[in-house]
Amino acid sequence: MEWLELKNVDWSEIGIGTVDTLSMLGFSTLFTILIGLPLGVILFLTSRGQLLANRGFYLVASFIVNVLRSVPFIILMILLIPVTKAIVGTSLGVLGSIPPLVIGAAPFFARLVETSLREVDRGVTEAAQSMGASNWQIVWNVLLPEARSGLIAGITITTVALVSYTAMSGVIGGGGLGDLAIRYGYQRFQTDVMIVTVVILLVLVQILQSLGDRLVLKYSRK
Amino acid sequence: MIQLRELHKSYLVQGNKIPALLGIDLSIKKGEIYGIIGHSGAGKSTLIRCMNLLERPTTGEVIIDGVDLTKLDDRRLQEQRRHVGMIFQHFNLLSSATVGDNIAFPLKLAKRPKAEIKQKVDELLKLVGLEDHRDKYPAQLSGGQKQRVGIARALANDPKVLLCDEATSALDPQTTNSILALLLDINRKLGLTIVLITHEMQVIRSICDRVGVIDGGVIVEEGDVLEVFLKPKHPTTQEFVEQVADSHELREAVAHEKASGNRTIARVTFLGEQTYKPILFQTMRETGTVFSILQGTISRMKDTPYGQLVVELEGNAEQNKQAIEKLRERGLEVEVI
Repeated sequence: MEWLELKNVDWSEIGIGTVDTLSMLGFSTLFTILIGLPLGVILFLTSRGQLLANRGFYLVASFIVNVLRSVPFIILMILLIPVTKAIVGTSLGVLGSIPPLVIGAAPFFARLVETSLREVDRGVTEAAQSMGASNWQIVWNVLLPEARSGLIAGITITTVALVSYTAMSGVIGGGGLGDLAIRYGYQRFQTDVMIVTVVILLVLVQILQSLGDRLVLKYSRK
Repeated sequence: MIQLRELHKSYLVQGNKIPALLGIDLSIKKGEIYGIIGHSGAGKSTLIRCMNLLERPTTGEVIIDGVDLTKLDDRRLQEQRRHVGMIFQHFNLLSSATVGDNIAFPLKLAKRPKAEIKQKVDELLKLVGLEDHRDKYPAQLSGGQKQRVGIARALANDPKVLLCDEATSALDPQTTNSILALLLDINRKLGLTIVLITHEMQVIRSICDRVGVIDGGVIVEEGDVLEVFLKPKHPTTQEFVEQVADSHELREAVAHEKASGNRTIARVTFLGEQTYKPILFQTMRETGTVFSILQGTISRMKDTPYGQLVVELEGNAEQNKQAIEKLRERGLEVEVI
């Protein structure tokens, strides 16, 4: 039980790794929501029987989302290296990991958004229509507020998924705790470093999940 | 106030055209409560949803207060819809908003100033009797209270017309009555034109001025509620009237009596104040005939008391004839069955 002594652990590096992971997580979650939410709304609105039903558009958008979701993240990340370089100028470090994280997570989140909007009672949308609401007003004042707790649950799930994606991005030099785990824990057989990073990630996921659950409960009016 | 002209609506279901409305012509006057009754599948829901274009009719015109809604673009249609309030069977309230915010919702959509919204919400809460529930969420309310919120919300933009889509069908009889009383009250206070659809004759009888009976996508009978109720012509109408009168029992009673020889059986209809006067008794005494009552109803339709008695006259032929004439002279309607 040599690793229990944690003698290989460089706490300052762990500190930097944690900060890197948190900033990757923060930025990628932010952009995932900014891109995924409108995408999910559009998917929902163009699906059959909805306000902007458009079969052709929906099928194409849906296909792209499915493609992005079916490529394993670790492969997507490698495939996207040229794209990442074009967007942020580098494919390394915190900055270089954000585009693949967002491109990997946004379609996933968009599907969750679409599903939670589908849960909104159609009658409520109709009532708003009968009051003369425009489509934009229906999205903004009816669909999003009514789906609020579902959307928060979706954000929680996505953020937790992003935690594991950030760890994976260590493989291609993405920085953060995953990077530490691979460089020290895997490549140098320093199990103690691996354990510490895993524990930190675990605590992070626990905090995120319970925070999300609490918000869902707070906003649930059913 | 509302004119429907040659309204047709059909749905495309897997390539097949399913007709729902087959040429509806309807004219609803300002300030009246117009009821549309029909079985499920008769097209009544489609019909009322055509009145604010929640369903767009395949052909025909929907004219509300002089404006043909079918000819408007989206933006102008949204504008016009503010003049037409609607309430629903399942209330369709925003579950994420409080009672106050639900009522404020249409005003918010219309971008009214905050102070005006607050004042209007106060007024409406008072009108529907929910002053103490402003900050509750719909999930904390009973069905009747939810419908009151629905009504307040529908009235927020001071509409000219209120459409009620099976508004009481999800409520128990007592709550139904209180909601109907509220609608009647609003109709009188605000002079609002109300159109309601229902499958319950009771609803029509309590508050409607006129009624249209819809069956198979067409209006099969229409007229003043009293008229339609007392003398239903179409079989569907007769069925609905039987919901509230026990006419099938009457038919049995009449058949039973007739089977036992040559009897004089008459249906006597009272309307208005005469309902409570002893006209029948007086007439029988004067003509020296006697009678027995086979079946009878004395009730009230909206504000009009009415009675309908089926009596068997047991005098001799001359006396019976005289009695019937006298009853007619005194303004009762007598029909010999």
